[in-house]
Amino acid sequence: MFDSWGRLNTKSGEVKIVSDIGQIKTLLKKTQSSLPYGVGRSYGDVCINPDGTLLSMSELDRFISFDPETGILKCEAGVLLRDIQRQFVPMGWALPVTPGTQFVTVGGAIANDVHGKSHHVHGTFAHNVLKFTLIRSDGESIECSPTKNPDWFAATVGGIGLTGVISKATLKLQKIAGPLIDTQTIPFGSVEEFFQLTLATNNAWENSVSWIDCTTKRKNRGLLMVGNRSTNQTETKYKDGLTFPFEPPVSLINKFTLKPGNLGYYALNRIKPSKSTVHYEKFFYPLDGVGEWNKIYGPKGFYQYQSVIPPENALSATKEMLSEISKSGQGSVLGVLKAFGDTPSIGLLSFPMAGTTLALDFPNRGAETEKLFERLDAIVKAANGRLYLAKDARMSREMFASGYSEIENFTRFRDPKISSAMSRRLLGS
Amino acid sequence: MKRIVIVGATSTIASECARIWNQTDNVTFVLVARDKSKAKRVAKDLRVRNPKNNFEIETLNFEKPKQIAGLIEEVAKEKIDLVLIAHGVLPEQQEVQTDLRGIKRVLNINATSVAMFAEGFANAMQETGGTIAVIGSVAGDRGRKANYVYGSSKALVETYSRGLAHRFAGSNLNICLIKPGPTATAMTAERTQKGQKQASVEQVAAQIVKGISKGKLVIYTPGIWRWIMLVIRHLPTSIFNRLNF
Repeated sequence: MFDSWGRLNTKSGEVKIVSDIGQIKTLLKKTQSSLPYGVGRSYGDVCINPDGTLLSMSELDRFISFDPETGILKCEAGVLLRDIQRQFVPMGWALPVTPGTQFVTVGGAIANDVHGKSHHVHGTFAHNVLKFTLIRSDGESIECSPTKNPDWFAATVGGIGLTGVISKATLKLQKIAGPLIDTQTIPFGSVEEFFQLTLATNNAWENSVSWIDCTTKRKNRGLLMVGNRSTNQTETKYKDGLTFPFEPPVSLINKFTLKPGNLGYYALNRIKPSKSTVHYEKFFYPLDGVGEWNKIYGPKGFYQYQSVIPPENALSATKEMLSEISKSGQGSVLGVLKAFGDTPSIGLLSFPMAGTTLALDFPNRGAETEKLFERLDAIVKAANGRLYLAKDARMSREMFASGYSEIENFTRFRDPKISSAMSRRLLGS
Repeated sequence: MKRIVIVGATSTIASECARIWNQTDNVTFVLVARDKSKAKRVAKDLRVRNPKNNFEIETLNFEKPKQIAGLIEEVAKEKIDLVLIAHGVLPEQQEVQTDLRGIKRVLNINATSVAMFAEGFANAMQETGGTIAVIGSVAGDRGRKANYVYGSSKALVETYSRGLAHRFAGSNLNICLIKPGPTATAMTAERTQKGQKQASVEQVAAQIVKGISKGKLVIYTPGIWRWIMLVIRHLPTSIFNRLNF
């Protein structure tokens, strides 16, 4: 129940439910090491606290106020992005930035400073946060915004929950015409083509992301998927999908299924019409249609490796990484490539920066998988890139330090009574 | 204009039901709670979700018959369509069985208080009619060592509301008993073991709302609990006492 999405760990920490904002202070005071926990959609060890306490925030799921003139929403930190979208899209407002799943709390989205298909237009989640309240274990309550206590704001967005507990937040929603998205799918035959296509389409499309085949030896084919809010809106309803019914004894993504899976996905999308108009849930959250899809990787769990490489090295490093991955025969059908925009991130530990991000799932095959990751680390490091904390479960401290220059500055803002498996691994406490 | 009174409006299941009823316009909600700030929190959320509805907050001591009678008199001045009585506490069995004050507290809140609200509203609504829905629990179906303090309080809710239903059978006042199985709420989450299946609050609330609108007398939610409890109720004691649950 209180796992991380990668299911690599068996222990997650003792759970305390926060059902009222007033309880946060008391719980922080009472426990030695606690960590705010949303719904466990981050992948590695960022959201778990074995031997410590998890403060489950998902009962803090109330809206507080909404101004239909300005689109400014105030809500508690445990509100799901799904609930924001479902409530306000019919009213003509939407989250400008959303990750690939809507099963994420507002607090988690801030703490991991998540990004989405619209990064090149709207930046990260934090760029659309007007303010939030941070509760510290010493009882202090800090109002943070880009102008009020901006240093605390910068430490907390992307601060992986370590600076205090976010209790409520004020977000700026985006005015939209309706729930429908005009999309276009454009196939490409190599990484070079991906870069050219991205350059050519980014100005015209608010949303952009690519799927890439990580199994082919030489040229990496893929599909660029772009989308804009449709101007022609007709009412449609989107149904909830199915839940993955069981945990298979071994990963269903393995050497026998990997290649046909990628080929099949590519072929299927090539024969579909390249232009279509779809509901936003289908466009932004294709995998949410299959609940608990993480079980497909079997009982050993899986890793997601997500890197970003600055523009000057993006092409060469991305190609190098893909070649390492295809050589290894590992990977999955969920390879994602996206060019970030130039807007600098706000958070001291925020992940996005100008450049290209590559994200891939890997079933956990123990040492074999770790060896591949070490080869990928070397490429990322040499190219001045970095890895995404919300996905990571294994990078070394050295790798962390090489990607993030503000670590020392960040530690000044940590709450002494908050820690996670990740903070102990990467920050030593 | 419809009027819905929710007693124990800050409980997870009740506020989730309110969210569903709130999807219809022109509803006045009377949110009855012990804690004003918690009730306000629920009201604000509902108001954002549907600014076209009205939300009134009433707070009182749930154990004082005088206050309960006064509240019901006040609220019943206008026609009430639906009352949901949802308050309750889930104690740690080990703790209450060694602390007699704990037993008193649990029975006061879960049983006596619920009975007073149910009786009061039934009397106030017998002319006008409507529905009174009371949240019991599958735990009330048979006493077992893991939770008989809680279970017996819910057994009283069952017997009381069935008695009321008998009294008003054939009238236009419906008394509905809701019996949720283990539900993933704040009340249960901390003691949930890994792998233990619990219904989501959303699922339970949706079934409650649907059952009430259909005029059902007893709602097991999720429905499978009707059959599970049928078996458990009829297990011979010689077998039952060998079970560890």
